[in-house]
Amino acid sequence: MEQVIARYAGQIRSAAADKKPLRLRGGGTKDFYGQGLEGELLDTRAYTGIVAYEPTELVITARCGTPLAELEAVLRAEGQQLAFEPPHFGAGATVGGMVAAGLSGPRRQAAGAVRDFVLVVRMLDGRGDDLSFGGQVMKNVAGYDVSRPMAGSLGTLGLILEVSLKVPPLPFAEATLKLELPQDKALAMLNHWGGKPLPISACAWTGGELVLRLSGAPSAIEAARAAIGGEPIAAEQATAYWRGIREHTDPFFSTDKPLWRMSVPSVAPPLEFPGEQLIEWGGSLRWLACKADARSIREAAAQAGGHGTLFRAADKSAGVFTPLQPALAKIHRNLKQAFDPAGIFNPGRMYSDL
Amino acid sequence: MNESFRLLDPLRQTAAVKALRAILPSDAVLYQREDTKPYECDGLSAYRELPMVVALPQNEDEVSRVLRACRQLKLPVVARGAGTGLSGGALPHAKGVLLSLAKMNRILALDPVARIARVQPGVRNLAISDAAAPYGLYYAPDPSSQIACSIGGNVAENSGGVHCLKYGLTVHNVLRVRACTIEGELVEFGNEALDAPGLDLLALVMGSEGMLAVATEITVKLVPKPQTARVILAAFDDVEKAGNAAAAVIAAGIIPAGLEMMDQPATRAVEEYVHAGYDLDAAALLLCESDGTAEEVEDEIARMTAVLKDSGAYDFRISQNEAERLKFWSGRKAAFPAMGRISPDYYCMDGTIPRKRLGEVLRFIAAMEKKYGLRCPNVFHAGDGNLHPLILFDANDPEQLRRTEAFAGEVLEKSIAVGGTVTGEHGVGIEKINQMCLQFTPDELEMFRAVKRAFDTDELLNPDKNIPTLHRCAEFGRMHVEGGQLPHPELPRF
Repeated sequence: MEQVIARYAGQIRSAAADKKPLRLRGGGTKDFYGQGLEGELLDTRAYTGIVAYEPTELVITARCGTPLAELEAVLRAEGQQLAFEPPHFGAGATVGGMVAAGLSGPRRQAAGAVRDFVLVVRMLDGRGDDLSFGGQVMKNVAGYDVSRPMAGSLGTLGLILEVSLKVPPLPFAEATLKLELPQDKALAMLNHWGGKPLPISACAWTGGELVLRLSGAPSAIEAARAAIGGEPIAAEQATAYWRGIREHTDPFFSTDKPLWRMSVPSVAPPLEFPGEQLIEWGGSLRWLACKADARSIREAAAQAGGHGTLFRAADKSAGVFTPLQPALAKIHRNLKQAFDPAGIFNPGRMYSDL
Repeated sequence: MNESFRLLDPLRQTAAVKALRAILPSDAVLYQREDTKPYECDGLSAYRELPMVVALPQNEDEVSRVLRACRQLKLPVVARGAGTGLSGGALPHAKGVLLSLAKMNRILALDPVARIARVQPGVRNLAISDAAAPYGLYYAPDPSSQIACSIGGNVAENSGGVHCLKYGLTVHNVLRVRACTIEGELVEFGNEALDAPGLDLLALVMGSEGMLAVATEITVKLVPKPQTARVILAAFDDVEKAGNAAAAVIAAGIIPAGLEMMDQPATRAVEEYVHAGYDLDAAALLLCESDGTAEEVEDEIARMTAVLKDSGAYDFRISQNEAERLKFWSGRKAAFPAMGRISPDYYCMDGTIPRKRLGEVLRFIAAMEKKYGLRCPNVFHAGDGNLHPLILFDANDPEQLRRTEAFAGEVLEKSIAVGGTVTGEHGVGIEKINQMCLQFTPDELEMFRAVKRAFDTDELLNPDKNIPTLHRCAEFGRMHVEGGQLPHPELPRF
């Protein structure tokens, strides 16, 4: 495997010398996400396999090209999980791509995001230097935390070689409930329940129907069921339903309209736009299938105290991500310069000047 | 630090005072020795330095203007919260400005429905939970100094606490940090919505020890208070057995709300102080807490008890009520002051290790006790591998201080050798800066410096902390030749 790293480092050094962009790519399941794809392909799948797994330490370390499905199967066999339920968006999803995309699934509201579980990142920077940041332990404050910001960096800072992740246990039990509620009532209830010690691990509201998943000790689930009410959904059907929400195979996502991912405070009132909406994460995430112009959508997001991402669309000319304030953009450019001085890693994938 | 560096430059001081007085009222600019003396150290009192000037801004605008002025005059700036830090992160700079955020201590907003609080950096950690209590909410990270420490300091250190295995560190519980760069520009890291656009700089500034920007406003998450909590106090006749028991609890799919261990010397010291009723014959005590609904806790306590029994605990006590729970915890929580009672001084270490290496590390510490002739009781966040050995010494004896530092250095290096880190929650500061040379390669250290310059081009924010220069590593390496091998043979030697 060390030869693979040497090969990657060589490819990076020659690309840097020629100032030719590289397109870092695993299974390509998230090619749709972000701005443009540019550069010569660097396929991360050659560097594959699980490096170390210590269930009692709650830590797994895997190479970037490891199939995400393989990682999750290994964890499941030990009764553990990636608690942030990352979407695969296809059979070929890899561990490196999962971290670089930084996308979390339904359980994020209760468990946290990808970055919350990243402990170590080993990477090649734009000079081809092999660097490791973070620690294989739950708590580490030595040096700056360079590992977590790799989550969601879309490969703009370097080639992620290996990641160590915190892997908590699977819940002892789960149950799914369905309630009929209009959007405003659903948002009010989600925020109300959010302030109570209830084991809600996922929610999805669309078309007047709120589906809730409870995870934890059987007794806690029973108590929560009694407090919340609603109609139970059979286990098999529930599993399929949550897979659909996580993997965007639910009918809601098979839209031909642009799909916006609106990140707003959970208490933000319903967003007034034509088109369909699906709400997750206790009200903090609102998927919007909508043809309205990008500016008005971003303005509405900003007004609500959040931001909108053009998640899936044929036309991305309006920009996928919300532009950064100038002082923040400057820090981004400086960091890019520090990690990737020749500007070769996935240029323009996040912002045109990054 | 050599003496010539310590000498005050009166012209420089006059210029700094003049510039700061143009921004702040005169009582918010301190420069007389008797006024600056209280700021000479933080919780790591073995290191002291008088700041040239202390500035006490009251609001964000003043912070911004002070920083701009400091940049113009090329003055180093050390931000300080409550000064409870244990690694010298807030140790002043003799030729710089000590920026105290203590006056910025207001809770600006608390929204019980959205479950967030927007606070100024000088707000005390516990004050947030107190303000949230009427709504059944609290701020989860609970460092042991939570009565006194400030949220700004918590952000700078990415503080943990006894409940962080289940509830996370500061980085997991802060949504947004509004901060001022050395250029005086306001930036927002994170967002009150989730997943802010761009790189996750919020994660990067967490634990950055005031070296990237100065936090002026922080939005924290509030979480529902668990209905109830109970704790098991389990006794073991062997420390390794206790360590394995902690691993077994986690292997059983349980994430305890708290999982703490004390060895016998620690237990004996605290028992004398708090009378918690600990078993003084036990080689180690394990505190294992469950929280949640009453039903949940009952289930979990039964599961935990079964695992601890199988792991060889010879005695158990399960708290029957809140008073008893607090009593069981009282010794662990009072571990530091209890050491202060049996020794003039104690030196607290903070290495984090893979839990499975606990026995080996404890044996190593026992050997170091003999080597240096100093006692060292251990308290341990067993759930997350964070070890706090407490070396007992007398700081008035320079020889003992020297031995203590050498002892601590060896333990930190052992933490690295077993795959851990020199600091789990106290920060590097000035204290562990040499060991950073061992934990990271020169390329990695260079990248840290480049990250700093991305925020702070002139390297004025808390300089000479946390990240050692390669020069310093070379100097340290010269003193630290192991097995005839210098740690960084590729570096030039000075």
